Amino acid sequence: MDSSQLLGITTFTYLFASFLYIATLVFRSSRIGAFASWFTVAALLIQTAGIGLRWIESYRMGIGHAPLTNMYESVVFFAWVIVLFYLGIEWKFKTRTIGAFAVPLAFLAMAYASFAPINKGISPLVPALQSNWLLAHVITCFVGYAAFAIAAALGIMYLVKSYSGSDSGGKASAVLPALKTLDDIIHKSMIFGFIWLSAGIITGAVWANSAWGTYWSWDPKETWSLITWFVYAITLHARYTRGISGRTIAWLSLIGLIAVVFTYYGVNFLLSGLHSYGSG
Amino acid sequence: MYKNNSLWQFFASVKLALLILCLIAVTSIIGTVIPQKEAAQFYVANFGASYAQIFQILDITDMYNSWWFLALLCLLCFNLVICSIDRFPGVWKQVTGDGLEVPAERIRKMSTQASWSIDSPLADARTLIGERLKHKGFKTASKSDGDSLVLFSQKGNWTRTGVYLVHASILVIFLGAVIGSLGGFKGSVMIPETAERSKVFLFGNKGVEELDFTIRCNSFDIEFYANGMPKEYTSSLTVIDQGKEILTKSIEVNDPLTYKGITFYQSSYQPSQDFVVGVTLPDGTTVKTFAAPFQEQVEWSEQQLTFGIINARVRGQEIVSSKLWFSDGSGDPDTVWIDNGQSVDLKRQGGTYRVTVKQLYATGLQVAKDPGVWWVYIGCGLMLFGLYVAFFMSHRRIWVLLTERKHKTEIVMTGSANKNRPGFEKQFADLSELLQNGASET
Ligand code: HEM
Repeated sequence: MDSSQLLGITTFTYLFASFLYIATLVFRSSRIGAFASWFTVAALLIQTAGIGLRWIESYRMGIGHAPLTNMYESVVFFAWVIVLFYLGIEWKFKTRTIGAFAVPLAFLAMAYASFAPINKGISPLVPALQSNWLLAHVITCFVGYAAFAIAAALGIMYLVKSYSGSDSGGKASAVLPALKTLDDIIHKSMIFGFIWLSAGIITGAVWANSAWGTYWSWDPKETWSLITWFVYAITLHARYTRGISGRTIAWLSLIGLIAVVFTYYGVNFLLSGLHSYGSG
Repeated sequence: MYKNNSLWQFFASVKLALLILCLIAVTSIIGTVIPQKEAAQFYVANFGASYAQIFQILDITDMYNSWWFLALLCLLCFNLVICSIDRFPGVWKQVTGDGLEVPAERIRKMSTQASWSIDSPLADARTLIGERLKHKGFKTASKSDGDSLVLFSQKGNWTRTGVYLVHASILVIFLGAVIGSLGGFKGSVMIPETAERSKVFLFGNKGVEELDFTIRCNSFDIEFYANGMPKEYTSSLTVIDQGKEILTKSIEVNDPLTYKGITFYQSSYQPSQDFVVGVTLPDGTTVKTFAAPFQEQVEWSEQQLTFGIINARVRGQEIVSSKLWFSDGSGDPDTVWIDNGQSVDLKRQGGTYRVTVKQLYATGLQVAKDPGVWWVYIGCGLMLFGLYVAFFMSHRRIWVLLTERKHKTEIVMTGSANKNRPGFEKQFADLSELLQNGASET
C-alpha cells in the first residue's frame, strides 16, 4: 500500500460521503446522516494515513520533507483541513446539512489533485524552499483557505435559501439551517479564516526575509493574498461597524473565495512570480 | 467641538475606510497584470506607444511605489488614526468604567439573570458569594444600594482594546516600512572565491553603497540531489573590519550572515573560467589557496613555488578536469591531470606537496540593510495578538444584588458580555449553579 493508493481511496470515499450527505438532505433521514458522518470520518482517517505515509516515503527516498511543498500536496492538505473544519462544525452546531455543501468541496479538491495534469511525485526541494517558515506558511494559509471555502459553501446555502423564499417557503429550503444560524457560522468561519490568513501572510513575509532579505516585494502572489485579505477585512468591517449582514455577506463570502482561488490557482497559471513552484 | 466638524466626521468614518480598502484592493490588481519595473521599451513593444505613455504618466510601471498608491496608503493610515481618536475615548470609558455605577434598576432588567435565596444573613451570603466568585477568577467590588448590596465583578475589560491593537499594528508595520526604505538599502554583489569586496551594487540602478568593512568569499560549494537538482548552495564568508578578521560563517539560502545591521543572503552563483588551487606544504599543516586564471602562472614566492593550469576539459560551463603544471624551482616541473575538486600528492625533492584544484566560482550575494524590519515584525505580532483578542476574547461583567429579608438573603445575579453571547450564557449558567450549590466545590 502506498500513499497515492490511500489518497485515491480517500477521493472516492469523499465522493460517496457527498452523495450520502445530499441524500440526508433530500430524504431528511438521520440514519443516512449517521452513515455520511462515519464515512467522512473514515475518509479523513484514510487521508491522514495517506499524508503521513507520503511523509515517510519522502524520508525513504532520502529527501525527507513534510508533504506540503507543491500544488498536489497542498491541495490534498486543503481538502483535509476542509473536512476537519467541517466535522468540527457538524459536531458543534449539530447539523449535517452543511455537509452536502462542504464535503463535495473536499471531493472536488481531491479529484483535482488526482486527475489534473500536475506533478504528483515526491520531489526534492530547491534550496529556497528548505525552511521551516515555508511549512508554517503553507499550513497557516491553507487552514485559512479552508475556513473561507466553508464560509463560501455556507454562503451558497444562505443564498439558495434566501432567494427561494426565506425561512418559511420552499421545499429545499425547509431542510437547511435557519438563515440566522447560517449567517452566524459564515461570520465565524470568516473570522477564523482571517486570523489564519493574516498569520499566513506574516509567515510568508518572514520566510521571504530570511531567504532574500525582503519581506514584501509585491510579487503577484503576495499581492493577491493581500487583496484577498482586504476582501475579508472589508467584509468584517461592513458587518461589524455598519451592521450589514445576510445576503451581502453571503455574496462577499463568494467573492472572497474567488479571490482565494485566484491567489492560489490563477496566479500560478495566469501570472508569473516567485511562487512558480506551485505550477509543477 | 472638533468632533462635530464635518471634515473630521468624514475622516473618522468607516465608510471612507471601506472605500479606501476597496480602492487599494482593486488598484493592486493592476500591478499583478502589468509587469512592473521593466525598461521603457518593454512597454512600448508589448502594449503600444500610446499605452506605454499612459503607463509612464500614471506610474503604472512601478505602481506600488507610485505617488497615488502611496497616497492611498497614507490616506488609510490617516483615516485609521482619526477614526481611533474619534472612538477610543468611548472604548476607554468602558474599559475603566465602574460596574458599580450602573443603577440597580438597570441591573435587574438585564436579560441574562438568575435568582435564588439562601438561609443566612447578608454578611455571610456576601462572603460566601465573594469567595466562590474569586475562586473562578472574578474579583468582586461592592457597594450598598438602599437596603441591598451590589457586588460587581468583571473579566477581560481590557479586551475591548483588541480592535485598536489591530489598528495600531497596521501603523507600526507602515512605520517599519518607512524606516526601512529611508534608512536601509538593498543590493547585490558577486564575490569570486578567495576575493574580497566592500562595494554593493544597489537595485534599481541607484548606484553603489560603500561598506565600511570588507567581506571575503573563502569558498563556494554546490550540492546536488541524485536527479541533478541543486540541493544547497553554501558560501564561506569572512568579515574583515579594519584589517582584522572578525567572523567567519557558512551561509546558505535561508541562513544569512549579519554584521553591523547588514545582512548577506546567498542568492546565486557563477562558474568562471578560473581555478582555485590549494597547496599544502610538505610540513602537512601550512595551507594556502590561490585564484589561478586559466593558463596564467601563479607564484607563492616565499616558498619559491610556481604553478598554473595549462589545460582543462569542460562540459558545458562545468570544468571536469584540469591539467596542473607545478614547480618548486628544482628539478623538472610536474604536469598532471586532476579531476575537478580532487587533490594529488606531488613528490618533490623537498618533500610531498598536496595540491587541490577546482573550478573557481563567484558567489552571488543579496545584501540588505533594513533597520525597520523589527518594527514590521513587532507590528505583525501585535496584529495577530490583537486579532485574537478582538475575535476570541470578551469583556464579561457580573452583578450580584443581595437583599436581606428575615434572616434570608435574596439573590439576583445578572451579567453581560460584549461578544460571544451564547458562550457567555453558558458560563453564566455554570457560575450561577456554582454560587447556588457549589459548597462541595469550594
Ligand atoms: C487593513 C486595515 C484594517 C484592518 C486589518 C482592520 C481590522 C479590524 C478588525 C479585525 C476589526 C474587528 C471586527 C470585528 O470584531 O468583527 C475592526 C473593527 C473596526 N475597524 Fe478596522 N481594520 C482596518 C482598517 C480600518 C480603518 C482604516 C478604519 C477607519 C475608519 C477602521 C475602523 C474600524 C472600526 C470603527 C471598527 C469597530 C471598532 C469598535 O467596535 O470599536 N478599520 N477592524
